[in-house]
Amino acid sequence: MEELVNITIDNQNISVPKGTTILEAAKKAGIDIPTLCFLKDINEVGDCRMCIVKVEGRRGFATSCIQKVEEGMVINTHFPEVTEARRVVLDLILSNHDKSCLTCTRMGNCELQDLAVKFGMQDIEFEGERKECEIDNLSPSIVRNPNKCVLCRRCVATCKNIQKIGAIASGNRGFDSNITTANNKSLMDTNCVFCGQCIEACPTNALCEKENIEDVLEKLKDPEKHVVVQTAPAVRVALGEEFGMPIGTNVTGKMVTALKMLGFDKIFDTNTGADFTIMEEANEFVERFKENDNIPMITSCCPAWVRYIEINYPELVPHLSSCKSPHEMLGSLIKTYYAKKEKIDPEKIYVVSVMPCIAKKYERQRKELSNTNLFDVDCVITTRELARMIKQANIKFDKLESSEFDNPLGISTGAAAIFGTTGGVMEAALRTAQDIITGENLEKIDFTQVRGEKGIKKAIVNIGGKDIKVVAASGLGNAQKIMEEIKSGKADYQFVEIMACPGGCIMGGGQPIKSSKIRAEVDVRKLRADAIYSIDETSTIRKSHENPALKKVYEEYLESPSSYRAEKLLHTTYNNQR
Amino acid sequence: MKTLEEINKIRTKKRKELELRVNTKLDTREKHILVCHGTGCTSSKSSEILENFKKIIKEKGIKNVRVIKTGCFGLCAKGPIVIIRPEDTFYAMVKPEDCEEIIQTHIVEGNKVERLLCKDIDGKIVNSLDELNFYKKQKRIALKNCGVINPEDIDEYIAFDGYLALEKVLKNMTQDEVIQEIKDSGLRGRGGAGFPTGQKWELTKKVEAEQKYVVCNADEGDPGAFMDRSILEGDPHCVIEAMIIAGYSIGASKGYIYVRAEYPIAVKRFQIAINQARDYGILGKNIFESGFDFDIEIRLGAGAFVCGEETALLESIEGRRGHPRVKPPYPAQSGLWGKPTLINNVETYANITKIILNGANWYNQIGTEKSKGTKVFALGGNVNNIGLVEVPMGTTLREIVYDIGGGIPNNREFKAAQTGGPSGGCIPKEHLDTPIDYESLKEIGSMMGSGGLIVMDDTKCMVSLAKFYLDFTVSESCGKCTPCRIGTKRMHEILEKICDGNGEEEDLQRLEKLALNIKESSVCGLGQSAPNPVLSTLRYFNDEYKEHVIDKKCRSAECKNLTQIEIEKDKCKGCGICQRNCPVNAIEGEAREVRVINQDKCIKCGTCLTKCPFKAIK
Repeated sequence: MEELVNITIDNQNISVPKGTTILEAAKKAGIDIPTLCFLKDINEVGDCRMCIVKVEGRRGFATSCIQKVEEGMVINTHFPEVTEARRVVLDLILSNHDKSCLTCTRMGNCELQDLAVKFGMQDIEFEGERKECEIDNLSPSIVRNPNKCVLCRRCVATCKNIQKIGAIASGNRGFDSNITTANNKSLMDTNCVFCGQCIEACPTNALCEKENIEDVLEKLKDPEKHVVVQTAPAVRVALGEEFGMPIGTNVTGKMVTALKMLGFDKIFDTNTGADFTIMEEANEFVERFKENDNIPMITSCCPAWVRYIEINYPELVPHLSSCKSPHEMLGSLIKTYYAKKEKIDPEKIYVVSVMPCIAKKYERQRKELSNTNLFDVDCVITTRELARMIKQANIKFDKLESSEFDNPLGISTGAAAIFGTTGGVMEAALRTAQDIITGENLEKIDFTQVRGEKGIKKAIVNIGGKDIKVVAASGLGNAQKIMEEIKSGKADYQFVEIMACPGGCIMGGGQPIKSSKIRAEVDVRKLRADAIYSIDETSTIRKSHENPALKKVYEEYLESPSSYRAEKLLHTTYNNQR
Repeated sequence: MKTLEEINKIRTKKRKELELRVNTKLDTREKHILVCHGTGCTSSKSSEILENFKKIIKEKGIKNVRVIKTGCFGLCAKGPIVIIRPEDTFYAMVKPEDCEEIIQTHIVEGNKVERLLCKDIDGKIVNSLDELNFYKKQKRIALKNCGVINPEDIDEYIAFDGYLALEKVLKNMTQDEVIQEIKDSGLRGRGGAGFPTGQKWELTKKVEAEQKYVVCNADEGDPGAFMDRSILEGDPHCVIEAMIIAGYSIGASKGYIYVRAEYPIAVKRFQIAINQARDYGILGKNIFESGFDFDIEIRLGAGAFVCGEETALLESIEGRRGHPRVKPPYPAQSGLWGKPTLINNVETYANITKIILNGANWYNQIGTEKSKGTKVFALGGNVNNIGLVEVPMGTTLREIVYDIGGGIPNNREFKAAQTGGPSGGCIPKEHLDTPIDYESLKEIGSMMGSGGLIVMDDTKCMVSLAKFYLDFTVSESCGKCTPCRIGTKRMHEILEKICDGNGEEEDLQRLEKLALNIKESSVCGLGQSAPNPVLSTLRYFNDEYKEHVIDKKCRSAECKNLTQIEIEKDKCKGCGICQRNCPVNAIEGEAREVRVINQDKCIKCGTCLTKCPFKAIK
C-alpha cells in the first residue's frame, strides 16, 4: 500500500503518494506551475527559479520541481510575492536573451516564449548588458547559438548523463556563465556525435539543426536537376505532430502527397532502403556467425553511433556491420540502378533524405559514403525542416489526401518500418536470418523480447536449433555499458543493435521537439513506437527478403547479397577517429 | 604510535617546560622569544627574523633561550611581532636587522629595546601585552593557543590540554552525552548563519547510515576576513581534535577539511598537524584503544567564494564544479556522496575542546541570552588597530571599534561598519551600541557572517560601498541560478548608473525590488545575502542615495561625476597643506591666503579632503 501524504495546496486539501514533488502534486490539484530548467528524470536541479512556491513556515521559497511534499505542508503557488519573484526571474532571463522571436524557428514552440506570453510580459524592467556571443555553425549537424541560451543546462544533463558524451558543459562563472565545449572549440572538433538529443532538450533555439531547406529549394528550382526525395521510417509517425495532429499519428500518405506538391521528381521510401540493409546485414551476419568472424556483429545504421564507436571504442570497430545505413543504400541505388534504368545522368540526380536525425547530415558527407565521386545522398533535412517546407508552401497538411510512394524504390515491408524504433533492426534482421539459416519460410516473426521501453533489451533467440544471444540498446549511455561488457570479455553476444537516441530513431534529434511539460505527461516514445508497430502489423509483407521491389533489383542488377556490386554499392568502411 | 600514558607523560613534562609562556610571574632563567608566523607577519619577513635570532643566539653561545614560531597574536597592524616570555615584552614592527639589538640589549643585558616597544593609540609605550587596550576587552577561547604555542609541534599543543578533551570523550562520554554538552553550551555555527551546533550534530547522528562524514569548512572567502586562517595557522590541532570528537559523536570515521589553496601556510601546518596526529595514533584506527577510527584528509579549494557555501563545498570535494544544491535535503540527511555529513566552520570547531573540558555551563555563562560564547572578528577598514579580535557575544560595536580598535584614524567620524562581508549589511552610527549577537545583527539588517568587520569613516560614500560589494558578488556568483547570475549584475548596473550621475528616482525602487526578490528566490546563501549591502544602505543611508539621484551629488566625493570639491572660505586658514598635496596642482592661492580649487584641473581624487586639518574642504 502506497503511503500517502496530506497537503494543502492553494486551499485545496489533497493526498498524494509520499515522494511526490510539489510540482507533481500541484498538477494533480489542477495547478500548472511554470518551469523552465526542469526536464523530468534528466534535469532536476532547480536552477531557473521559475517554479518557486511558498511553503508556510519556511524561509524563502521552495523549489517545486525537486522538493518533495511533506505531511501537513501548506503550499501557495500564486501568492503575489511568488508571482512577482517569478516575474522578476523571467524578466532577468529575457533581459539577457536576444528576443528575436520573429526570426526564430522555435517561434510557437519555445518554452521561454510560452512563459513570456503566460506572464503577459510587455516590457523588460531590468534591461542591461547582454553579451553578443559567437554562433557555432561549423558542424554539418548542429548550430549552437548562445545568444538564445537561458542556461537551463538541460542539454548538458542530456549529453552528460543520458548519452555519457559530455561534449558540452557549464563554463565560466556568474554573468559570464555559458555552455561551452572543451577549450571552447566548435562542436565539430569535439567528441560530439551529433545525436541531437541536446536540441530535443533545449527549451529555446540555443541549439538547433543546421538547416538545409534553402539547398533543397534551390535544386527544386533547377530544371536540370532530377530531385529525388526519400523518407525514413520514423518521419511518418511524427511529422503530423508539427501540424497539430496527435502524437503517434501515421501520416505516410499525406506526407507523400505533400512531397509531390513540393515538386520533388520522385518520392522513394527509405523503408525500401531498409529492406536492402536487412538483406545485406542478415546475410553478413549469417556468414560472420558461421565463420565466427568478429562476433558479436554490431549494427551500423545509426551514424551517431558509428561516430561514437569510432571515437570511443576504435578497437571494436571491426565488429560493426559493413552495411551502409538504409538511406545511403537507397541513395547509392538511385544514382546507379535507378539512373541506369531511367537513363538519367547520375550527376544530375539530387538525392534528398528526410530523416528524424541530424547525425545523418554529418553522415551524408562522409567520403566513405560515395560512389564514383558522387555522394550517395546530397542533402539531409529533418522531420522538422520538412514540416517547415510544407508550411512555407501553404499546404494544409491535415486536409491532404493520401498518395503512394513512387516506383521502383517505393515498396517496403513491415520489417523495414520497425527500423524506426529501438530493437527494430534486430527484429527485422532476425526475421530474414532465420529464414536463411533454416531455409524455411517461418511464421514466427515477432521477436517481442527486443521491443519495449527498456534501454537495454537482451534475449536469446533459437534459430534452427542454435541459440543466438542478442542485445538491443538505445541511448549512448546504455551503448557504453554494452561496449564495456564486450571489451572486458564479459559478454558473449552474437548480434548487437545500437541506436544512439533513447528509444531509437522515433526519438531522434531531428524529430518534432516536445516541451518539458509534454515529456513529463506523455510517453512520446511509446506513442510513436505504437504507430510504427501498427504499420508493421498491417503490412502484407513483413519480411525484407520477400519485398518484390528488392527482389527485382537483385535480379536485374545486384545479383545476390554480398555480390561484388552489392559490396561496392551497399557496404562501406570505418575509421578510427580517436 | 603513542599510548595514552605516553601522551599524558608528554603533557606533564612539556607543560612544565612551557609554563613561562602563560605565567608572566614565573621565576626562571629561561626565555622564549616568540616570533609571529601568521600570514601577515610572514609576509613581512618574520621567518627571516626567526632565523636571525637563532643564528645570533648560536653565535653568541647564549643558553636558556629558545626561539619559537607561533601563530597570530591578533594585532596584525603592528607586525612583525616578537614577544619575549615570561616577561611578556611586546616588540612591534620588528625588522630582521633588529634581532641583534634585541638579543644584546634584552637577553644579554636585561634591558628593553625602547624604540621597538609597542605603543598604544594614545602613544603610551606598553611593556606587556596585557597593558594594550586592544587585548583588555578580548576573551580568547577559539584563539586560546594562537600566539602561545608552536603550531608545528604537537607536543606543545598537548602541553596545553591538547587531546585531553578527546580522551575525556572517548573514555568517559557516550555519543549522546557529547552532543548534549554541545547543545547545553549554546554554541552556534560561526560560519555565519548561526545554526545551533549541538542540534546539527544531533540531526546528523540520528540519520542512520553505514558511512557518514565530518567536514570542516575552511573556505574563508569574505574579503578582509582571516579568522579561520589564523586558527589553522596558529592552532591546527584544536580543529583536528574537535573533528575527531564530532566524528565520534555522529558516528563518522572520515573527515575532510576544505581549505582554500590561497592559504598555503594554513594548509602546510594543517598537514603537518595531521601527520603528527597520525604518528601519535590520534588519527587512524582504534584511537586511544577506544575502538573508534577516524582520519582526516585535506581538500584544496580553488578560490571560488561560492565554495564556502556548504553544498557547493560538498560538490567541490566530490570533484565537480562548485554549484550549490537546493536545500532541503540538508547535508545532515544527504551530504558528501549522498551520505549524512556534518559540516562546521573552523571557528566552531575551535570552541569544541574548550566546551568539553570546561563544561557547557562555563561556556554558556559567556555571551548573551541566545548567542553564547565569543566571536572572532577580523577588524579592518578605517580603524586604528587592524587585526584579529575575539570578544564575548554581546560586546557592543562601540567597544570593538573604539576600545579595542582604538577608534578611527585622523580623528574622522565613524560612519558605518560592515559585518559579514559582502553578505552582510551596514550598521550605521545610531546602532553603535547594539550588543553584537546573531539576532541583533539580523534585526538591524546585517548578519554575523563569518566575522569580517570593516569600519568606515565619514569620507565613504555608501552608494559606492554597496557597488563595491556587489562588484564582488557579481564576480563570485557561480552562475547556477537566475536571480544571482543576472540579478546581481543588474543591481550592479543600476548602482553604476547612480554613481555615474545618471540615476533616476525610479532606479531606487527598481533596485530595492530587485534586491528583495533576489534575496528570496536565489538558490543558496550567496545569492540570498548578496543584496544585503544594498538593502541595508538603502535603509540607513537613503538620503545619500536620494542626493545621488535627485541632487546629483555625492557628499563623500567618491563618485567623481557627482562631486565638486570646494574650499570653504571661512574655514580655510591658508595653511597650504591641500595645495602641497594636490597631485595635479589644481589648488591655487598665495601663502597664508584662502585657497581656491580650479575645477577644470581638479580630478576629484579627494586627497585635499583627507589632508585638510581644518575640515575646510567639502
